[in-house]
Amino acid sequence: MTGRSIDRVGLVAAIILVMSVTAVVAGQGRGPTTPAPAAKAAAPIDVTGYWVSVVNKEWRFRMVIPAKGDFFGPIGGIPINAEARRVAEAWDPAKDEAAGEICRGFGAAGLMRVPGRLRIGWQDENTLQVDTDAGMQTRVLNFGAAPPSGRPTWQGQSVARWLGLPPGGSGGRESGTTPNAQMRGYASFEVVTKNMRPGYLRRNGVPYSANATMTEYWNVFREPDGTDWLVIAATVVDPTYLQMPYETSPAFKREPDGSRWDPSPCSARW
Amino acid sequence: MISTDARRSLYLSAMRAVLTAVAVLASTPAFAQVDLTGFWAARGHEDLEGMLPGDYAGLPINDEARARADAFMLSYLALPERQCIMYTSHYVVRGPQSLQITSEIDPISGRVVAWKMSGAVDRNPRAIWMDGREHPSPLARHTAAGFSTGTWQGEALLVTTTHLTEGVLSHNGVPSSTEATIREYIVRRGDHLLITMIVYDPIYLEEPYLRSRTWVYDPSIRVPPEPCEPALELVRPAGEVPHYLPGTNPYLAELTEKFNIPLEALRGGAAGLYPEYRKQLRDKYVPPSRTPIVTPQGARP
Repeated sequence: MTGRSIDRVGLVAAIILVMSVTAVVAGQGRGPTTPAPAAKAAAPIDVTGYWVSVVNKEWRFRMVIPAKGDFFGPIGGIPINAEARRVAEAWDPAKDEAAGEICRGFGAAGLMRVPGRLRIGWQDENTLQVDTDAGMQTRVLNFGAAPPSGRPTWQGQSVARWLGLPPGGSGGRESGTTPNAQMRGYASFEVVTKNMRPGYLRRNGVPYSANATMTEYWNVFREPDGTDWLVIAATVVDPTYLQMPYETSPAFKREPDGSRWDPSPCSARW
Repeated sequence: MISTDARRSLYLSAMRAVLTAVAVLASTPAFAQVDLTGFWAARGHEDLEGMLPGDYAGLPINDEARARADAFMLSYLALPERQCIMYTSHYVVRGPQSLQITSEIDPISGRVVAWKMSGAVDRNPRAIWMDGREHPSPLARHTAAGFSTGTWQGEALLVTTTHLTEGVLSHNGVPSSTEATIREYIVRRGDHLLITMIVYDPIYLEEPYLRSRTWVYDPSIRVPPEPCEPALELVRPAGEVPHYLPGTNPYLAELTEKFNIPLEALRGGAAGLYPEYRKQLRDKYVPPSRTPIVTPQGARP
């Protein structure tokens, strides 16, 4: 092998390296993008169906409405400021009923911690609908463009996106397969919710304001025994009532059908 | 001027390096590059229940676990021979502590051999082995941290822990057995770390127990080591082991007295974790007229 041919070998090696690295990096989600498929088609897991709350923490704050002023346990509590404490100490469910505000405890920033069931389905190719039997609420998660903001509502406006997918990719699914068949052990999506009507973080009147923003990561874990768990890691930021972002992570378990779906309207007392 | 042989050798080495690099890049999922290292500050926004005696609500425990927890007296942990026994790995998501995570890197491949987690259990950092090693024989030594191995499931690090010593699921004495295993998902989202543990314990649980918790990245905190030197904390008759005999624990009704929650609801069990259980409470629960004052279990014997 002459020096010139060795130089050519080196040049070819360099080209191979650049091409290979480019291809690998693009495959890992940092390369050029192609038009993204609809969220439903891109879903790495089928989250549709029924899920039940598993009240494995904060039991006495969630399974019943705690006493007025019961904000903190022996260790831990909502990082409320003095104004929030003042508002919460004035909580009166009768006033909420009289004012037509009985759904304050069922707004988006508190709803996922209320014990109940979720019914999840696709409204269309890019919109996921989450119904709750507790309080009979509906959250609409927009995987496409953000919806136009209007008047604040209990569930606000939510923008969602799948995580862990290469841009334009379909989560590594083989064509013709179902998302659940392809899911290995974990999938997740992000939801950012704004424009919420003021409500309660805890049903004994701990408030959040119209300035609150909630970022959630919906994490689905599949266990070898076939159980699907959903853990929603939520961060609520509210400059009006919170000293710092409020972190929670309620859990749900997938149910085989809707036989236990049990709608009940909002209540300020139960 | 280098010789042709030397140049040939140089280029062949370069080729090998190129091919190796391509092979490594192509075979390593991007998610395996998630860096978990750093200081992670605890956020105690969800109450750490189980600090009060008799509070087993939210735990899918069976009668055996309940009986043992009822017999538990916290000063049992003050016995000199028990003071330095650390919590088992369940405590990562049950305790109030912040975390420090470091990594052990193979100097040749650059791959993570193990993640090391401090601030939760044991004197030494808990190791999560990433090098594909197998779990040891069931007869191998059990420790508070257990033996943990990890694999990436997309963006989540799935950790499987076996070989745990007997421990507690909660501070008020709900036990976990040496048969318990934990499957744990560690997910980093920017400056947030979510750890979700699913505990399987055929001895004390009616169904798997899931618990999750969030930490926030904060390089300003420190997770100091916890040296332990036993000392005589209470004078007792020789051989005395603090405990309550069945039916004699006077504190089990404390939460009922303070919060009006029916005693049977606080006894734990899988049925109490699901929404329909609220129907059993509806006619029995009235919110206390005054805000209860609670103190951790440390205030009791």
